[in-house]
Amino acid sequence: MPPPDPRLQLLHITKRYPSVVANSDVSLTVMPGEIHAILGENGAGKSTLMKIIYGAVKADEGEIMWNGHQVAVANPAQARQLGIGMVFQHFSLFETLSVVENIALVLDEPFDLAALAVRVKAVSERYGLPLDPFRLVHSLSVGERQRVEIVRCLLQDPKLLILDEPTSVLTPQAVQKLFETLRRLSSEGVSILYISHKLHEIKSLCDSATIMRGGKVTGTAVPRDETPASMARMMIGRELPVCEAPAYTGEQKPVLEVRGLSLTSDDPFGTALADISLTVQSGEILGIAGISGNGQAELLAALSGENTVDREAIKLSGEAIGHLDAGQRRSKGLVFVPEERLGRGAVPSLSLARNALLTAHRKGMKQWGLVKYKKAWEFAEQCIARFDVRCGGPASAARSLSGGNLQKFIVGREIMLAPQLMIVAQPTWGVDVGASAVLRQTLLDLSRTGVAILVISEELEELFEISDRIAVLAAGKLSAAQPKAATNAESVGLQMSGLFNATAKPTESSHAPA
Amino acid sequence: MVESLIPVLAGAIAAATPLIFAGLGELIAERTGVINLGVEGMMLTGAIAGFAAAADTGYGAAIGLPVGAIAGAATAMIFAFFALSLAANQAACGLALTIFGIGLSAFVGQHYVSYSLPGLQPLAIPLLSDIPLLGPVLFKQDAVVYLSFIAFAGVAWTLSKTRLGLLLKAVGESPESAHAIGYPVLGIRYGAVAFGGAMAGIAGAYLSTVYTPLWVQNMSAGRGWIAVALVVFATWKPTRLLLGAYLFGAVTILQFHAQGLGIDVPVQVLAALPYIATIVVLVVISRDRRLLQLNLPASLGKPFLP
Repeated sequence: MPPPDPRLQLLHITKRYPSVVANSDVSLTVMPGEIHAILGENGAGKSTLMKIIYGAVKADEGEIMWNGHQVAVANPAQARQLGIGMVFQHFSLFETLSVVENIALVLDEPFDLAALAVRVKAVSERYGLPLDPFRLVHSLSVGERQRVEIVRCLLQDPKLLILDEPTSVLTPQAVQKLFETLRRLSSEGVSILYISHKLHEIKSLCDSATIMRGGKVTGTAVPRDETPASMARMMIGRELPVCEAPAYTGEQKPVLEVRGLSLTSDDPFGTALADISLTVQSGEILGIAGISGNGQAELLAALSGENTVDREAIKLSGEAIGHLDAGQRRSKGLVFVPEERLGRGAVPSLSLARNALLTAHRKGMKQWGLVKYKKAWEFAEQCIARFDVRCGGPASAARSLSGGNLQKFIVGREIMLAPQLMIVAQPTWGVDVGASAVLRQTLLDLSRTGVAILVISEELEELFEISDRIAVLAAGKLSAAQPKAATNAESVGLQMSGLFNATAKPTESSHAPA
Repeated sequence: MVESLIPVLAGAIAAATPLIFAGLGELIAERTGVINLGVEGMMLTGAIAGFAAAADTGYGAAIGLPVGAIAGAATAMIFAFFALSLAANQAACGLALTIFGIGLSAFVGQHYVSYSLPGLQPLAIPLLSDIPLLGPVLFKQDAVVYLSFIAFAGVAWTLSKTRLGLLLKAVGESPESAHAIGYPVLGIRYGAVAFGGAMAGIAGAYLSTVYTPLWVQNMSAGRGWIAVALVVFATWKPTRLLLGAYLFGAVTILQFHAQGLGIDVPVQVLAALPYIATIVVLVVISRDRRLLQLNLPASLGKPFLP
């Protein structure tokens, strides 16, 4: 008996954009029932390739073979007809619509919400993805939203399921559940394309892997037979960098003290903060884990001063600052690196020199209300040199920098203000592996000079790498901070789901960085 | 006492009719995320086109309304080309469209000044018009008023019960997601803007061929703006829009009666009353910011290019 036709074959796919070649001569083969990983960093061309398969982007060159026949996928509707389903990294859901309405929008069949709801319930239970069809999407957790996306694909009876970075926002427990579902689908003959940069996940889940770097295929592998280090070499071209966290030996005193902070959100989709208390000592990094939407935005706004709160709720080195606005707090040595680099951390269209001015104007860059641009220029030059920001100099527009380099500039700008407290949100979101390691090391080094640092992140591995203590923010409540050695990814993951008193047994593997 | 209310209420229903058409059209456009501030301009092009067609052919509103709808939709396409295809600022395009509509209608209309049309006779619906109070108020109206009832029911039903309604809401909520799952976002927005234009055109043609069947320059008198405001303050819900429009109609008629009674208040103040009353009541009703935000089409006013 001849071997079956491959479910999907890509032959020499090339896609050029005006400034960059996103995919260059990419070929890969996926068999029926195979779980195939596409491994690569941000910007390696993974997402473009998936959009080509799903018909959202058209390739310039190359062929797509589907079950042995050449096809031209002109649009996502046609891809769905072929049996290709896609779960997007940034979900393609409509917040003000209900689960079943969201699903009805992609199904090509008569409009009958009641009947569809019954089917949604049946499929979601069959695959262990419980869902209430009539809930509004904005009230769902991120993990539940992903279930909606997956169930939506499953209802179309797909032959190939594409998942783009599906675990980046899930708790470790939710990841395990997702993997069970995917294995079950694979055993039923569904092929899966699994896009990720998380090596341990790929090793535990995938049958085969195609590794991409800079738009090209740099290797194929059977993940079971590889080590994370050998796959990392193919992915980033060198060894995985590691951070060093020396012990802090200086004086320890509380720098940031938050007591009984409660806040209702202005945003109808927001989360209210309930009685938050935390302390950050000088010379330590406190990590706050949790999935975005659990009060992260509200807590950051309250701490940075974008929202003012009760005077006594927040203290900086013993001084009550809850009533002060963001500028007044900055003058007292509190600096803040927001999650959105473009638009919040920096003005996209302004030069780095002028962006430096935004927060560093306190460092003698004003006289009689006039700006001394020369000082700002020098400040930016120093920042670029000291923090190895790759760019065309202080005149480059902020938006022309890559995510990693802009983040280095923003973090560097704040460090040069000699703060006593730094608050950082998602320090390495969308940053490549190399720059992430530099940024983490920069934060560690800064803390060891006696600065108190509060990091809010969705990346558990990152928090375990740099934090001294870890707390979890879930549904607007903050758990008590635990020393890193006393906790592990499983128990933090459980707390992220809101089970504050639950703890998981520590295991050897749970601390290991991937 | 009740008897004397009937002409007031019946008049209110008729006065509200142009607002219902224009408002429902704008509501659909805004649900897909497009705010078209050119309603006033589209009403005026619809009004003059409808009036000209009615006057020149002699068929009256029967030809005036469809021609008005086509003219309104055609005017809307100018807006759509700039605001959708070229992704220009929607507010600026809409304002320009209003100025364009005022100018164009005045220019074309100079041949028709002080020309008048026969208008439409009320059409009593058997049985229904015999209901006490409600019958003569709702069911002894001209045919276009009944058409506004049907338009309201159609829009409300489409939005709440059909796949098309769901799609309109989805596009307004997140054009990126709608595009990602394979819907033609621009095509849907074009359709919604065209519908908005056609409805504004009908509203204008109703004014010029039925409500006050003679041509007066700038005869929409700000009703297009009230329609835009009604949509926002009605939090994009057709039923609230309907109530707001009837409130405007009622105050309009009441102030006419007040003028007739010779109350010692300047006419200008009385004429401004319907506008003031409608805005004040709607602002008070919609002061719940959460409700406003929850219903606000998230992409409203933001251009989208695939």
